[in-house]
Amino acid sequence: MGGLVIASGGSGPVIPNFGGGSSNACERNNGLFCWHWFTQHWSSTFSPALVQHIVLVGIAVGIGFLIAFALALLAYRVRWLETPIAGISSLLYTIPSLALFQILVPFTGLTLLTAEIGLVSYTLLLLFRNIVTGLREVPQEVRDAARGMGLTPRQILLRIDLPLAIPAIFAGLRVATVTTISLATVAAIVGVNEGLGVPIFDAIQRVNFKTEFIAAAVLAIALAWVADLLLVVLQRLVAPWASRRRSSLVPRAVVHAIRGRHRPISAVREA
Amino acid sequence: MTPPVADVGLGQQFLNSFTFMGNNLSHLLHDTLGTLALSGAALGVALAVTLPPAMWLGHLHRGSSLAIRIANLGRSLPELGLIAIFLALLGIGFLNVMVALVIVGIPPILANAFTAIDGVDPDVVDAARGMGMSELEVLLKVEFPLALPLLFAGIRTSALFIIGASPLAAIAGGSGLGEIIVNQASYGFDGVLAASLWVAALAMLVQGLLALLQRAITPTGLKLRPDTRARIDVGVADAERVTGIEVSTV
Repeated sequence: MGGLVIASGGSGPVIPNFGGGSSNACERNNGLFCWHWFTQHWSSTFSPALVQHIVLVGIAVGIGFLIAFALALLAYRVRWLETPIAGISSLLYTIPSLALFQILVPFTGLTLLTAEIGLVSYTLLLLFRNIVTGLREVPQEVRDAARGMGLTPRQILLRIDLPLAIPAIFAGLRVATVTTISLATVAAIVGVNEGLGVPIFDAIQRVNFKTEFIAAAVLAIALAWVADLLLVVLQRLVAPWASRRRSSLVPRAVVHAIRGRHRPISAVREA
Repeated sequence: MTPPVADVGLGQQFLNSFTFMGNNLSHLLHDTLGTLALSGAALGVALAVTLPPAMWLGHLHRGSSLAIRIANLGRSLPELGLIAIFLALLGIGFLNVMVALVIVGIPPILANAFTAIDGVDPDVVDAARGMGMSELEVLLKVEFPLALPLLFAGIRTSALFIIGASPLAAIAGGSGLGEIIVNQASYGFDGVLAASLWVAALAMLVQGLLALLQRAITPTGLKLRPDTRARIDVGVADAERVTGIEVSTV
């Protein structure tokens, strides 16, 4: 971390070292995007950083989902717990990412663990709120009907509540994943040498090498979009009934319930 | 990069950071003002750019998917990536930081302003038209006050995102507390930790104040009437899933 040079505009002459004394004109002049340099460094810099980034985000969203899911089920059963859990997770969410990573450094050092703890804590609010809201929005009439058909509370949770909450849960997963992809780049600034933040950090130290900035940022944005798209596809596979609607943001059952109309029970049985 | 932990204990590191705060109080206060000024300016620009079109679209009940798509798109842009791209395009300086923070702040305002105006009771709007109000009057005198709590929730979230990203702006020459956080070479880890704790507390304080303000501007009628509540909640559910953040109606 000690090596981070804050470049400040117009503070005397700097000797640029773009692309390590390359003979390529684009790199010497710090052109906007030197395709040659990018392809040259793809396998040594960008491909490993991209893979690390995916792993970093995958672990964070996975662990975050497990914790948030457990907390959501708890808050769903024990209603008064919802407010304190949501309060604590939104407090964590309020802390600026750069600050949170730095505050964790004394505890866990410049390790992967620091990055993961920080990232997991940002997913909690997004996932917890969506899972709880999804469960709560299941119409009471549907639950009553299920009880009338002789389903036990556990069966109602597994066969009625959770399937109907899937669109809300996936909406939360999508936002959490995209947010985590964005925040994972910040870990490198603190000094955790993982992910697409590393080339960005490296570009700063090369006195703002443009190609590396753009390559890393575009890869992060592309990763976010691809991940979002994959989650949409996954949701269609897991819950095909939820995508037949005009808008997949709110389950129709929920809209009807809130507007005082009821979804036909037959449609629920399909689910 | 040597780990800053090394020889001092955990408690000692935090104690040292508090000592740093005591010794550099005026510096920290000055940088706090810098962070607030930068964030406030970015929020102001984001509001000026986003509110008019978002509210007008909401008034027309048009472009719902467009608003949601743009909000989602904006949400998927990494803050640091934005700053990096604008470092390449605009170089180091105020303009770069400003553009990046404004883009970070737009999605929640867009989603909430559209959802809030779009969700106002159509009967009320019809009544206002029946009284002879022009479209602009309907928007400003009827829809805007009714939409204010939800709209303000979006502004609050936007402020949260902007303050969250503001320390990163230091990389691109932005002023404020981030300048200490990314500059361990000059301030030592004590300073980095102190500024981190400081900026975390600042973000929480601002959110707390905005929450109180939101409570204050919500008309009592909106807090009480159950049907209004329900209608707002539908909008909130939408907005939350778009922006993925706490959108409370008080």
